Amino acid sequence: MGTVKKELPLARSMCWHCQSDIGGEYFCNQCVKVQPLSKDMDYFTCFGLPRKLNIDAAQLQTKFYELSRVFHPDFFEGKSEMERAVSLANSATLNQAYRTLKDPIQRVEYLLRLEAGAAKDIPGKAPADLFEAILEMQEHLEEFHAAKAQNDAETRARARELLRSAMKTLEAKRAALENRLAELFQIWDKLVERHAHDQAQTAAEERTLKEMRDLLSERAYVTNMLQNLTEALA
Amino acid sequence: MARIVGIDLGTTNSLIAYMKGKTPTVIPGPEGRTLVPSIVAYTPSGFLTGDAAKEQLVRNPEQTVYSVKRFMGKGLADVTQELRYFPFKLTEQNGVIRLQIGNQSLTPPEISAMVLKALKARAEAFFGEEIRKAVITVPAYFNDSQRQATKDAGKIAGLEVVRIVNEPTAASLAYGLQKRTQGLIAVYDLGGGTFDISILKLKSGIFEVLATNGNTHLGGDDFDRTLVDVMMQDLKTKHGLSVEGRPELQQELRVRAEQAKCRLSSDTEAVVEVSLPDGKGRYRRTFTRSELEKLVDDLVEKTLAPCRQALADAALTATDVDEVVLVGGSTRMPLVQQRVQALFGKTPHCELNPDEVVALGAAVQADILSGGIQDMLLLDVTPLTLGIETMGGVMSSLIRRNTTIPTSAKELFTTFVDGQTSVDIHILQGERELAKDNRSLARFQLKIPPLPAGVPRIEVTFMLDANGILSVTARDVRTGEVQSIEVKPSYGLTDQEVERMIRDSFVYAKQDIQERQRIEAMNEAESMLRATEKALARAGNLATPGERTAIQEAVANPKSAMAGAGHRAIREAIEKLDKASYSLADKLMNSTLQEALKDKKLSDV
Repeated sequence: MGTVKKELPLARSMCWHCQSDIGGEYFCNQCVKVQPLSKDMDYFTCFGLPRKLNIDAAQLQTKFYELSRVFHPDFFEGKSEMERAVSLANSATLNQAYRTLKDPIQRVEYLLRLEAGAAKDIPGKAPADLFEAILEMQEHLEEFHAAKAQNDAETRARARELLRSAMKTLEAKRAALENRLAELFQIWDKLVERHAHDQAQTAAEERTLKEMRDLLSERAYVTNMLQNLTEALA
Repeated sequence: MARIVGIDLGTTNSLIAYMKGKTPTVIPGPEGRTLVPSIVAYTPSGFLTGDAAKEQLVRNPEQTVYSVKRFMGKGLADVTQELRYFPFKLTEQNGVIRLQIGNQSLTPPEISAMVLKALKARAEAFFGEEIRKAVITVPAYFNDSQRQATKDAGKIAGLEVVRIVNEPTAASLAYGLQKRTQGLIAVYDLGGGTFDISILKLKSGIFEVLATNGNTHLGGDDFDRTLVDVMMQDLKTKHGLSVEGRPELQQELRVRAEQAKCRLSSDTEAVVEVSLPDGKGRYRRTFTRSELEKLVDDLVEKTLAPCRQALADAALTATDVDEVVLVGGSTRMPLVQQRVQALFGKTPHCELNPDEVVALGAAVQADILSGGIQDMLLLDVTPLTLGIETMGGVMSSLIRRNTTIPTSAKELFTTFVDGQTSVDIHILQGERELAKDNRSLARFQLKIPPLPAGVPRIEVTFMLDANGILSVTARDVRTGEVQSIEVKPSYGLTDQEVERMIRDSFVYAKQDIQERQRIEAMNEAESMLRATEKALARAGNLATPGERTAIQEAVANPKSAMAGAGHRAIREAIEKLDKASYSLADKLMNSTLQEALKDKKLSDV
């Protein structure tokens, strides 16, 4: 690893090299130098997409490949140090944008950050309807570990069975959460299309965002729980 | 733009390739061989590399370094388990392994640099121009330290390493260029010391790596050791002989084991014969293929878990993969091919030479970087999760494995105590929960202006470039000022050390000139030998029996001189051959002339 001491020029409306007006283009019209992507540019804008949650994966990939051919450092070998630095930073942003938008969960988490300023990692919350089931699950898990430590094969096998069925419950819950999330994706996209500037729009947007956030929170909890159980049973 | 060559710096062998028009081509040596053994030997007359060094393996085992790639970017503690297999002496200084060779203590990058220099000289003799830039391949599963060590080796050899490319992805470039394949491919790369699996999506010229996995300490060397262990046991029980303190014998066993293993890929039986020291006669042992397969079964099995993990990371199943490509000499082993076929459910492709395909791919990448090929683009990933140590010795991940590179992550740091002026940051790479179970890459100290606790805001950016190599920058969010960071690598050379090694390497420059002269003399001898042999075949009947014997004797001279001697001996042999074949050349010329003049009038000539 090494250290870098220079800093990128900030994105602005003028070319960093020849100072001519670039009007948001990737390359300066005058001197054809690559321009840094704006730090304020969100990932949707980067791909020329509206802030909708249903994204066509094939289209996203095509655009990603297209932009990779524009920015990748491979095409800037032998160019000036500044152009290489811009290409590296733009490529890194593009790759992050693609990774985020490609995955529906990361995509909606990102949208929540943009629209509602949510934290990067949404904390997990136990689904209320599974509260008792989860308590039982934790008891079985303790039994399972205790039986393992005491070499009690019979108790262990029984606990294992109970945990397996618990996993089924959790998996069903996760599927239900994801189904509802998919419905909310549709609702959100309709709101974006409607594009009204009235109170009803704002209220509906806020309601949708909040419900999505709650769902993600529960989903995070369930996923984490499932992972723990998988590891314990492995 | 200056020419960029492609180099496969392998554990066992290395190659150098270039783009001949639209075809990647390996540059052969004077004897037509494309492989340069990755071996460096120290002899009283200086350092030898490649084939000449290979001859020193058994003769001069303690001064002959092989498989140095296994030590790149590592500390001594990383390799303790295999130390007993190496006849040369290893020590450690500042987290970097040192090899005691000659009266010197050399680091793995310095040894690798000697191999790189031999390759560079080969290309320079071939092109008749200086070579300054190269693309060098590394195992995909190499961590930051190992990549940096490879880059350092290039620098010490006088090469600017314009790109570090992963071996399996390089192979996919060569494969894709030739086959024009589209779809999902898996590249299974089992070399002399490392194993990689990469899953790629090939679509309209884009080579997108979806996932990669591997083991940087698993390869043909380990297969050889299973045979060596059997033979060592035999020697102990049947001859009461231990290899301890007998480096020649140890090395001979290893060399014979490797040969036997290679033969068992085509034959079902191979015999090993070794003459024993202390008048203990000869040791003879027959290995069958099924015996070898039983011995290496666990090792081959160990390659399958990374394959499954890579598939899972790419969210794919084995049946989704359209084609499987085999790379690396160890994939010649039938057992390996069977296991790969069983896992993916399809016959793997092995029509490209598994020894050369990585170098060819490096040449393709070099051509892309030179602006030659414009429709192909490789989008690779980082093989390992990058993170920092947080409270309680836990690793907090910043960049997940299989993230497309280049990529960056930002982290905001602040203080916990009033007036605190620095924060220590420990950078790690690996997949484990606890910091201590992961690879330590580097440590650095972030300088902070003295302020009340929690007020400072220092944003640190971790950037992984297209080589998969990390750089770190820091910025004070309040003032916008950029901070310079002094990073201390945990298992690597500092910039100053590399500088010193570059200077030191000029000391060897004299030897390099000698090496180049030798290569040139060998080229000349080669073409002379070919011409003489041709002449003998065509006009041998014109020579007197005495002349023929003299020529045949003279032919033997350059051949033996080329095996190890300096350029002077080769030149002398060439001269002798020239003299011996002079009268034959004369006669041949005359006879050709007569042939041409036959049935022609003087006026036609």
